[in-house]
Amino acid sequence: MSKLRNPGKKSVDLVHDPIKKWAWLFIVPTFAAFCVGFIWPFIQGIYLSFCNFNVPADAEWIGIGNYVKALTDAGFVNAFKNTTAFALVTIVVINVISFAIAYALTQKIRGSNLFRTVFFMPNLIGGVVLGYIWSIIFDAILKKYATYLTADPSYGFWGLVILVAWQQIGYMMIIYIAGLQAVPEDILEAARIDGATGSQTLFRVIIPNVMPSITTCTFLTLTNGFKLFDQNLALTAGMPSIMMEGAKVNTTELLALNIYSTYNISKNYHGVAQAKAVIFFLLVAVLALTQQYMTSSKEVQQ
Amino acid sequence: MKKPYSLSSKILTCFFTLFCLVWIFPVAQVVINSFKSNAYINLDAFALPTSESFVGWDNYIEGLTFGNYPFLKSAGYSVFISVTSVFLILLFCSMTAWYIVRVKSLFARIFYYLCLFSMIVPFQMVMFTLTDTADKLHLNTPWTIPVIYLGFGAGLAVFMFSGFIKGLPLEIEEAAAIDGCGPVRTFFCVVLPMLKPTLISVGILELMWVWNDYLLPYLVLDITEYRTIPIHVQYLKGSYGTVDLGATMAVIMMAILPIIIVYLFCQKYIIKGVAAGAVKG
Repeated sequence: MSKLRNPGKKSVDLVHDPIKKWAWLFIVPTFAAFCVGFIWPFIQGIYLSFCNFNVPADAEWIGIGNYVKALTDAGFVNAFKNTTAFALVTIVVINVISFAIAYALTQKIRGSNLFRTVFFMPNLIGGVVLGYIWSIIFDAILKKYATYLTADPSYGFWGLVILVAWQQIGYMMIIYIAGLQAVPEDILEAARIDGATGSQTLFRVIIPNVMPSITTCTFLTLTNGFKLFDQNLALTAGMPSIMMEGAKVNTTELLALNIYSTYNISKNYHGVAQAKAVIFFLLVAVLALTQQYMTSSKEVQQ
Repeated sequence: MKKPYSLSSKILTCFFTLFCLVWIFPVAQVVINSFKSNAYINLDAFALPTSESFVGWDNYIEGLTFGNYPFLKSAGYSVFISVTSVFLILLFCSMTAWYIVRVKSLFARIFYYLCLFSMIVPFQMVMFTLTDTADKLHLNTPWTIPVIYLGFGAGLAVFMFSGFIKGLPLEIEEAAAIDGCGPVRTFFCVVLPMLKPTLISVGILELMWVWNDYLLPYLVLDITEYRTIPIHVQYLKGSYGTVDLGATMAVIMMAILPIIIVYLFCQKYIIKGVAAGAVKG
């Protein structure tokens, strides 16, 4: 504060002091909504994960029991495995295809704007609607082989991969196009003069120069994969379910959906679901912070 | 230096034309089936309409009242909630970001870091407690749910606005202050017009989020009375197998057509907004 009040810097006072009087208009409404929509639910959520409760009002502190139940729950472990596998597969599939498309579209080809528009389009359709559209397509295809989407866990898994790839490739493509267009022309010119072949230019010049875009897209696909909910719910809703270690396990469930369905089992599971949500939050937070760390350490190097 | 379009680029154009046709197939399939009767969709969802299976606009007429809930009512709620929420987010978060950047008090700093923090918290973390809070404060109607969107969406918006405002020269605001502008006039007449590109980017990102959001309104609203389009579609899906697929396809068509039309007109802004918002992680 004292630094800002430095009398030598009169300029700050011209803007700074008058605004402060208007805090009730500029910051208080947003802060109030933020408390209602985020801070209070977040704090209460952490507290309730240590409680047995039906509604928050009748919460009863039980310690880490919910966490023990969550981590030993076969459905949650299975959802974690599914989510990890799903995130890894989608990272590779989405990034390779979207980079290839972006690379091709930044070459001089006729109609590249139109193609870009078409590839991006699925992003605008909500996850629930997409899930419904694709479940009908998959069922129609599988019908020809006398089976259906929720007959086998692998159908649901790969179906979800196709759906999410179709939705997100356009989004990542946009980021890659922006990255590719920022590669300085003189570096490419130098490579050409030195007689670099097409693949040499791609792997030794272009890819190192778009590393920031690759980092961004890799983490976006990773966190999107971990947080996926709507598409999972609308495509298979976790079906088919099987009995595993004496408990019902929904085989195509990802973490977010598992938390949601745990809450709906019965009121005895509300605390467990909240504990799962806290574990889920910690996982996503670690991923996001790793991204921040990697992005900022790259910026220092450049 | 090079010829405008080389042979390889012509081959690429042909390839991408085919690729794009495959890409729009899922949407095309919805269009085609929305004109076929239920029995024929069950028979073969990929067949083109024939004189027997073609039903004209019947599916659309049925789709309007389908699923025990009028489609237009859910569309109305969707439009109201999205427009109001995005308006509130743009207005209040840009004001807050300006305050945070210019005032730099301890409270402002803490709020800024809380906003950053909120961006990495998945919705599942707060969904039960948020629903409960919304019920207690009577924010569980379409008319009040925008307040919740403002609260949960503030993080990204404040972050993006702050990033832009940090790059604005202070001198312009000082000049306005010397000319006798109070903070409110300075903000609305000087700062806000300069924020236009960010307003568009943030507006588009938040609009795509609120319009397509399923879980928040599903949990918060009383869904026997209030449904948004995603809730409506998920309800039809819930009764899959017994439902009239033709009418369902018509409903899906009515749900996505407005978005696609808006996209075709504003794609320049949308694509720019997405590229700018890629930082959100």
